[in-house]
Amino acid sequence: MAELASTADHNNAKRNRWLSAPALISIVIFGILPLLVILVYSFLRPANYGGVVWKFSTEAYSSFLFQRDIFDDTLQFTPDYLIIYARSIGFAVFTTLVCLLLGFPTAYFMATRPPEQRNWWVLLITIPFWSNLLVRTLAIMFIIRDEGLINHILIWAGFIDKPIVMLYTNFSIMLGLLYSFLPFMVLPLYSSLEKMDFRLVEAGFDLYANKRAVLWRIIIPLAKPGIIAGCLLVFIPALGAYVTPLILGGGLHLMIGDLIAQQFGSGRNWPQGSALALILMAGVLISLFFYVRNTTGKMHHG
Amino acid sequence: MKPKNAAIEARGVSRVFAAKGQQAVAALDDVSVTINENEFFTLLGPSGCGKTTLLRLIAGFDFPTSGEILLYGEDIAMLPPFKRPVNTVFQNYALFPHMTVAENIGFGLEMLDKPRAEIDARVAEMLKLVRMEDLAARKTSQISGGQQQRVALARALAPKPKVLLLDEPLSALDYKLRKDMQIELKRLQHETGITFIFVTHDQEEALTMSDRIAVMSKGHILQVGSPHQIYDEPSVRFVANFIGETNFLNGTVTKKGRVKLTAGPEIEAAGSASTGTVTVVVRPEHASLTTAAKGQLKAVVSNVVYFGTDTHFHVTLADGAGFMVRQQNSGGLAASLKPGDKVGVMIAPGTARILRD
Repeated sequence: MAELASTADHNNAKRNRWLSAPALISIVIFGILPLLVILVYSFLRPANYGGVVWKFSTEAYSSFLFQRDIFDDTLQFTPDYLIIYARSIGFAVFTTLVCLLLGFPTAYFMATRPPEQRNWWVLLITIPFWSNLLVRTLAIMFIIRDEGLINHILIWAGFIDKPIVMLYTNFSIMLGLLYSFLPFMVLPLYSSLEKMDFRLVEAGFDLYANKRAVLWRIIIPLAKPGIIAGCLLVFIPALGAYVTPLILGGGLHLMIGDLIAQQFGSGRNWPQGSALALILMAGVLISLFFYVRNTTGKMHHG
Repeated sequence: MKPKNAAIEARGVSRVFAAKGQQAVAALDDVSVTINENEFFTLLGPSGCGKTTLLRLIAGFDFPTSGEILLYGEDIAMLPPFKRPVNTVFQNYALFPHMTVAENIGFGLEMLDKPRAEIDARVAEMLKLVRMEDLAARKTSQISGGQQQRVALARALAPKPKVLLLDEPLSALDYKLRKDMQIELKRLQHETGITFIFVTHDQEEALTMSDRIAVMSKGHILQVGSPHQIYDEPSVRFVANFIGETNFLNGTVTKKGRVKLTAGPEIEAAGSASTGTVTVVVRPEHASLTTAAKGQLKAVVSNVVYFGTDTHFHVTLADGAGFMVRQQNSGGLAASLKPGDKVGVMIAPGTARILRD
């Protein structure tokens, strides 16, 4: 009997292994393979007209921090890429913070509507996804440019007589990033607030907590999973944003995404682009590791 | 008896819920009630009777449409909940899942800005009171339902509220645990001397625990009294019907204290009515079965239901009305009865009551 049972188990296990094959295959094809290609390319030399020459080189990595002098072939420190990375991180952090500040009240409002209304609010939040990001970004451009809607109205109303320059500034990039990523903050926040038992809020009020104390001691700790998810969903794509800074920054304020795209396009330096992408990814993974370890650690200690 | 202080006094309290496009619903309609200091007071009624609404108005989670709620003479009806010295034990406990047992219990004191040493001492005292010392550091998700119940009680009692509100706190517990907690609650009320206002739909729970009970229906308080008064002297049909099992007999008052029943004889029945058609209530345990010749009322047995300690006899009276008699299983005539037998029903003297309506 035991033998029979173990053969059955074995057969089951075999069948189960095959059931997971589609998932494994798609992970390999869509996840691991492209990364491997990038990894290999980053250690090769650029060909003259795009593509790579199959010769090992760490040039792509060393040129992240150092520039080879054309005359004496020595390496000199150059902070150009670092500045772009720092600017991108700054933009991404700021976008995340502002999204959190705007998104939290929005999500709280949605979660406190009557249940039959909530899906309509979620629908409203997702409406921007129905049109292309490029189109929406161009629409912002039309609204904030010198001859755009806002300046027209302000001039017509007599508040100003010269248009305020908003397009192609840090402000326009920030605005675009905020607009693009706000839903990614609102939705996870909403889903964690919606699950929250609002009797806990009543219990807080009952135990002499005023509104501020209820927010900080009860609502925010309970919404923590949503806050973490929302921040990651905004921060990571904001860091690598490409379309928004390209269009609204006018190419004057490069971000990492534009820089990488340039290497594969007009820069014709695929290894450099690959290395830049991997450095970004490594940075994100390392900071994510510390972030998650810190936040879960705190939760354990109460 | 020394004069009692009123802890809570509701004066003409109404709460109307008006939804757009719908008829306004009065969850409470001009309710007035006085709850005394150190009293175990129960609001009893079916769901939707307004008992929980009244509790929420006292707690401050909701505000009356009109009327006053006095706490020791001071109107608190419009104060937010965190400014009322009143704490609540919630139906599903509403313990904070991100805090430990001790943190939950200390939360109220912390919000009152008490010094740390005082909070710790009080939390330890509360843990001892509800016998949970060993589990102070546990998360609330790591303890059983009965233990959660105790933590909820300790949390609400820790800030020494003037009044403790309990919103069906035992409904989530199984039968055995509920019985234990009923005794536990009485003990806690006795030891702390705090006024308890207890909401339940369980009449047995209300009868066993309360000093006084208010029976509610459709936004009104129908009767307030001790468990004895509520059970033995129900004033209206709803109260008689809701509390325990009851027989209703139709009849006409011949003179004060005498009623001619439509099922036959004239019996004595307490009540103020001196004329007109009335309803008389008789509890099943106040009636007994005898031979057809001896009984006051003639009846035919229609059903016999055995309950272990006692048996319920459903009989049909001469006018066709149903009647139930509960008798202890101590042998005698009752043991041999079966459907179809002709019997007589005796009503114990002084137990029948005329209803007000």
